[in-house]
Amino acid sequence: MNQTINHGDIESAENIKKLRVLVSPWLTRILLWSLPLAFLLFAFFLPLSKILLLTFNTSALTSENLRITNYALRFTFYQAILSTFITLLLGLPSAYLFAHYDFRGKALLRALTAVPFMLPTVVVAAGFNALLGPRGLLHTFLPLSSFQFIGTLSAILIAHVFYNTTIIIRIVGSALSSLDPKLEHAARSLGADSLHVWLNVTLPLLRPSILASTLLVFLFDFTSFGVILLLGGPQFSTLEVEIYVQAVKQLNLPVAALLAVIQLICTLVFSILYTRIAARFTLQLAPRSTNKRRPKTIREKIFVTSLCLLLSAFFILPLASLPIRSLFRLEADRGQRGEVQYGFTTDYYTELFVNRRGSVFYVPPIQATINSLGYAGGTVVLSLLLGFPAAIALAKPTHLEKILDPLIMLPLGSSAVMLGLGFIISYGKWLTSPLLVPFAHTLVALPFVIRTLQPAIASIPQRLRQAASSLGASPFEVWKNVDLPIIRRATLAAATFAFTISLGEFGATLLISRPEYPTIPVAIERFLSQPGGLNYGQSMAMATILLLLATVSILVIEKFRLPDTGEF
Amino acid sequence: MKKITLLLSTFLFLVASCTPQATQPAGPQTLTIMTHDSFAVNGDVVKAFEQANNANIVFLQSGDAGTVLNKAILTREAPLADLLFGVDNTFLSRALEADIFESYESSLLNQIPDEFKLDDSNRVLPVDYGDVCINYDKKYFTEISLAVPQSLEDLLKPEYAGLLVVENPATSSTGLAFMLATVAHFGDSFNEYWSALKDNGVIVVDGWETAYYTNFSASSGKGPQPMVVSYGTSPAAEVIFAETPLDDAPTASILGPDTCFRQIEFVGILKGTQQRTLAEKFVDFMLSQQFQEDMPLQMFVYPVNPNAALPEAFVKYAQAPEQPATLSPAVIAAKRDEWIQAWADVVLK
Repeated sequence: MNQTINHGDIESAENIKKLRVLVSPWLTRILLWSLPLAFLLFAFFLPLSKILLLTFNTSALTSENLRITNYALRFTFYQAILSTFITLLLGLPSAYLFAHYDFRGKALLRALTAVPFMLPTVVVAAGFNALLGPRGLLHTFLPLSSFQFIGTLSAILIAHVFYNTTIIIRIVGSALSSLDPKLEHAARSLGADSLHVWLNVTLPLLRPSILASTLLVFLFDFTSFGVILLLGGPQFSTLEVEIYVQAVKQLNLPVAALLAVIQLICTLVFSILYTRIAARFTLQLAPRSTNKRRPKTIREKIFVTSLCLLLSAFFILPLASLPIRSLFRLEADRGQRGEVQYGFTTDYYTELFVNRRGSVFYVPPIQATINSLGYAGGTVVLSLLLGFPAAIALAKPTHLEKILDPLIMLPLGSSAVMLGLGFIISYGKWLTSPLLVPFAHTLVALPFVIRTLQPAIASIPQRLRQAASSLGASPFEVWKNVDLPIIRRATLAAATFAFTISLGEFGATLLISRPEYPTIPVAIERFLSQPGGLNYGQSMAMATILLLLATVSILVIEKFRLPDTGEF
Repeated sequence: MKKITLLLSTFLFLVASCTPQATQPAGPQTLTIMTHDSFAVNGDVVKAFEQANNANIVFLQSGDAGTVLNKAILTREAPLADLLFGVDNTFLSRALEADIFESYESSLLNQIPDEFKLDDSNRVLPVDYGDVCINYDKKYFTEISLAVPQSLEDLLKPEYAGLLVVENPATSSTGLAFMLATVAHFGDSFNEYWSALKDNGVIVVDGWETAYYTNFSASSGKGPQPMVVSYGTSPAAEVIFAETPLDDAPTASILGPDTCFRQIEFVGILKGTQQRTLAEKFVDFMLSQQFQEDMPLQMFVYPVNPNAALPEAFVKYAQAPEQPATLSPAVIAAKRDEWIQAWADVVLK
């Protein structure tokens, strides 16, 4: 469009410009928001308000229910704050590690840190149990009879860190890699030491991404459900667990609705707080060429080696027990007392291909894999399609965005059980279509995609854009040469989130029912719902397939990050 | 860019390949059965019904039993299905109160023992039953020559300290069933029993999967407790799903009076169905020998129709108690929340 100026008719060009200034901000805003808002309206606000209006009842406000609420709320906050804090402690140095250093096995280790994010809780619980459980590996090597892991607060915290560290690594990491090293060098040349550089230069620059990732981690911990039930046990209860118990086990929807509203209000408050704080820290960064290098000084080497060892142990050990358990049976030998015989077997995998009981609900592993990948692909496309316009609008906030911004996060803080019931009363039979699965997954993925893209888009320096277009670059060229290099990493991180969220199905099974096209997590749950060694083995084999699929997919997605443009 | 286009088109293709197959040929009428996630049936059995009645059966698996009932109640103005299978005696009163079923007096009902018929006006009809019982690790008890407990009272003896894992009745249906067995046996003082059981080191977890696969010593999880609250049919499942063929079950059930709680599952025709005739036929079919004989190995439950022959593995390894604990659905509906709270006050505090 800038080329129109070349032809001399300056007056009319000026008029067009004026007109654009008048019309375009609102028109652009409306265009940008139309799709994401329509999606949120139909997939979230409408069904949720319908179910809450139908079931919410002031009669639920009894002193007994308030006591339950108070207790659950306090524990929910307590564990969420602790979990988030520990996640940051591990996540921030790890983000730094991956953004700054090159070392052998880096791509694999980085991919592995994202794998837990997509594993069903029941599988993670099995992994931790095989490692730290009553007859786990740790007990075999370190027989401490008093050691108890499952059923403790530590189990909940460790599982939360295990799940969510990837959020910090990916969001803060993508911001760290786009930092201009010149700033750091300048500070150093002015005599600042590492600590001062970190505190006064790097940290302030990273604040938007640290805040965004902290909010996401906190919300995930705040609404934790499976981890509490499977690793925490009955003495721990979060709001989300209470909602589930009240709605599904006691059929007491008014109380469930009350709790759901409280949880929603909390989420809204966190999101508003976030928006307020984050608004102060938007920074425009110049894109830069890569600055990754091998560790040189002793201090760097110690940092890299010890953190790599820690991450490997923390992420690989619990996961490793799944493939091991899917290939070896622990068969008690009848002849010898207490002896356990380990035997190699591929039976569990071959058995996956057999529909022994002719069940109509049997799903071959390849079909389950195709279903999972199909849904995940759909979720990536859909959530990027909806996330990009919203992130672009949020990157340059007007009054409109200040209102809309906190609403984006609400799906993460709403109870899956209640939302599922809302879907049923809003859309009835439509819900059986498998095409709706990516929509349900996108609901969870969208806040991640937007929060990942927004800081990156906001960081694109306006002056570079202006410089490029005044040099005659077309809008597409501007986008390709200025915007793209900066947002490429963020886009890949966003796509990884969408993909992993879909593959892991976070509570989406509660949202919609679909008899056909079950996914891998659904197949795992089915095996574990009946007794028998073969069922257990097959669930481990299925979990191993998910594990491999997840690792390979992340490696493939992250391959796209490779061509770092060094044009500036 | 090419790579991304390729990736995108692959994804789109995968998504497209997930869309439902094209339209059904005109003719067969569709009958939708809403049910829980544990429902299973043999494909050939379903096909037999479809062919005999020119019908197309759709199963709508909608979550666990409680979720399914919630959904059915919330949509009673515009029902999602023609039939609902999977309401059990612990939820029965709530379902009947919500008035979501139409009565149907199937001619096959006269073959079914009266003990299973819990609704006089036949709004729901019994289909299967099963007992929630304590399973024990046979090897553990023989190896240390410990006698297997035979009653709820036995479990309080010091020799069984820390040997039992149960599920939380607030989050698990097996946990609820076992708590109801203690209520049936001890009456209002059941919480004193639980207090004593807690003193004897009972382990409580939230769900059956954790109890069975993490804590129970005879499962593949090889946990520390040799006794678990599970089903009377679980020993048969252990044989059928054994890693290597077994000639004996590694587990068995404690069958003493009132140690097991009987669960009965029902089917009902949902109010507002447009397929009343076909729905009646399907209810008859569920009570018929063919369906009833397929059920045990699909869902590990017993058929309510005594004419249905049990599979060999059931006869050999599944055990049903002679005197299971029972409570009327009305009493359960009225007091379950109160009991669960009383239980939690004793056990979780």
